[in-house]
Formats: sequence, C-alpha cells, structure tokens
Amino acid sequence: MADTIDVDGKEFAVDEEGYLANLNDWVPGVATVMAKQDNLELSQDHWDIINFLREYYEEYQIAPAVRVLTKAVGKKLGAEKGNSKYLYSLFPYGPAKQACRFAGLPKPTGCV
Amino acid sequence: MSILHTVNKSPFERNSLESCLKFAAPGAAVLLIEDGVYAGLRDTTAVPLIADALERVKIYVLGPDLKARGFAAERLIPGIGVVDYAQFVAMAVEHAKVQAWL
Amino acid sequence: MSETIKKFLYLNRKAPYGTIYAWESLEVVLIGAAFDQEVNLLFMDDGVYQLAKGQDTSGIGMKNFSPTYRTLGDYEVKNIFVDRDSLAARGLTQDDLLQIAWEDIETEESVENIVTVVDAPAVRALMDAADVVFSF
Repeated sequence: MADTIDVDGKEFAVDEEGYLANLNDWVPGVATVMAKQDNLELSQDHWDIINFLREYYEEYQIAPAVRVLTKAVGKKLGAEKGNSKYLYSLFPYGPAKQACRFAGLPKPTGCV
Repeated sequence: MSILHTVNKSPFERNSLESCLKFAAPGAAVLLIEDGVYAGLRDTTAVPLIADALERVKIYVLGPDLKARGFAAERLIPGIGVVDYAQFVAMAVEHAKVQAWL
Repeated sequence: MSETIKKFLYLNRKAPYGTIYAWESLEVVLIGAAFDQEVNLLFMDDGVYQLAKGQDTSGIGMKNFSPTYRTLGDYEVKNIFVDRDSLAARGLTQDDLLQIAWEDIETEESVENIVTVVDAPAVRALMDAADVVFSF
C-alpha cells in the first residue's frame, strides 16, 4: 500500500495498512478513491454507514468493534441493516475494518 | 532570585508536593503541572498542605493541564493562580532556576 | 467462545493523562468485551479522575479519551463502580462524574446510568466475587 493516496490531485497520507493518517484530513473523495482501489462503487447504503461511523467517532472518539457497530447501526438505521450479513454485503473486507478505513477512522480497537 | 519549583505528580499518589513544599524557601514559586494540578482543587485531603504553604510561597497551576482533567479555575483553592504556557515560560525566565519534583 | 462465564474486575487506580495506565485499561476492556464475560469496572484512588466530566485536552496535545467511557454500555459492560471514600478525599461527588448509559437492543432493557458510587464493604465484596482482577 502506498503511503499516500491521490484524491482529485491532492495527496493524503495513509499508514502502512491504508488507514488515513490524519482523521481531520478526510473529505468524501477519500472514501471514493479507497473504494475504487478495493473495486467497490459506493452507493447511498455505503455512505449511510460511512457517515454513521464518522458521527460515532466524533461522539465517542473510537472506531467501534464490529459487533458494537452492528448493534448501533440496527438502532440508528433499522434492524434490517443492523446485521453482519447486510454489512458484509456492503463491505466485503469487513464492515468495521473496511468501512472505518473509508471513513478516515483509525483501525477499530480490538481488530487484528 | 528565587526558585521556580514544578510538581507533576498527584499529591494522593506521591509525596513530591509534600517534599517540595517542605523545602521551598519563602518567596519561591510552585507551579503544579500535569497530575500535580489535582493538588490545587478545593475540598481535598491536600488542602491543609496547600493552605499552610500559601503563607510562604506562591502557588500556580498550569491552566491547560487543569482543563484537560475536567476542572475549571473556580474549583481551585483561593490564592492559587492559573498560568498558561507563555506565562510558564516567562516565570522560568524570571526565576534563578527551575527545579522539578518528579 | 468460552463455556463458563467468569467475572472480570478491572481495578483502575491511576489518573487519566499523567501515565498510560488509564488508556491501556480502557483499551483492554474494549478488546476484552468480545469474550462474553461478566465485566465490572472499579475506579478508586486517583482512578476516579478518569470519569471526571468536562475533560478538554485541546490545550495539551493529547487525545481526550473520556468520551470513550460512554461507549462502555455498548461493549457489554454492565457495572461501573466508584469508591466513595476516594471521591470524598478529592472533594468530588457523583455530580462531577460522567453518566454512562446501558441498553440491550433486543430486550429494550435500559439503564440510564451504570456508574454507581459504593462504600468500602461493597468494594471488598466486589473483589471477593471476582474470578480475575486486572489492575491498572
């Protein structure tokens, strides 16, 4: 993984696992470019989760572990979205890891 | 010129402050930083120590460290001053030396 | 997943920013939540300062992790205890502490604040009842 990604001609620093180095640098284009690298096209459903994660981080200062994310999504966006099958269908590399990366958050605590 | 003493440990965990206040000469300044700021709060078991020392030395807390820990200046024992980083630097310059109590 | 549920007690006795213990403990709790055990947190001595509300680290260049305590309810932590004598020695009351809510989404059972101030005998009982104590 490169140490920077290019978003609309602007360079963004990322760590060795591809997570954005500085949370505050994030712009929506970061998610779009990262998704393209993973061969994903972001739908509104993806954005709902990405935005949810950013709000969660803003409030609690951590990226939630996957089971916490699943529960919290269920509460906020409805039970049909609060299950891992749905979340994995959107983010095949893991809803916490991949979605957090798109959202510019650090790797979730408890992920290896 | 007097000494500026800095204390960065909680008075409830170490005796850094107690030793500092025992040996600080009259007219010295004592700046509570990091976990040392907890000693400046009202209604704690450290109040007698501070109250006694305030008769001989000036005591300050570093504002950003106090704020980080969730306390406003109003929670401090009356007579304790609050300084920012620039004032900390100015105090360090004004005094003959800075002595840290780790 | 383990067969028997054990009682874990995290004993927190250090102030939040002067050392790394508080943050390390919180991380272990968050990671350990995946193991389906009964988790209790106990704050005493300078550890009670970890739960002080209104923390704002913008002036010291450190991460303010106090908002993260409010997620503990989401991480299956059902009980957070604070030693009353430690609060009193520091001129603090429960009003100075964060509120942490807990909710079970399936059963809709909820508790507005899982932070409980307890006396020494209750602290002793907690320690006796614990299968494992993690000290920070």
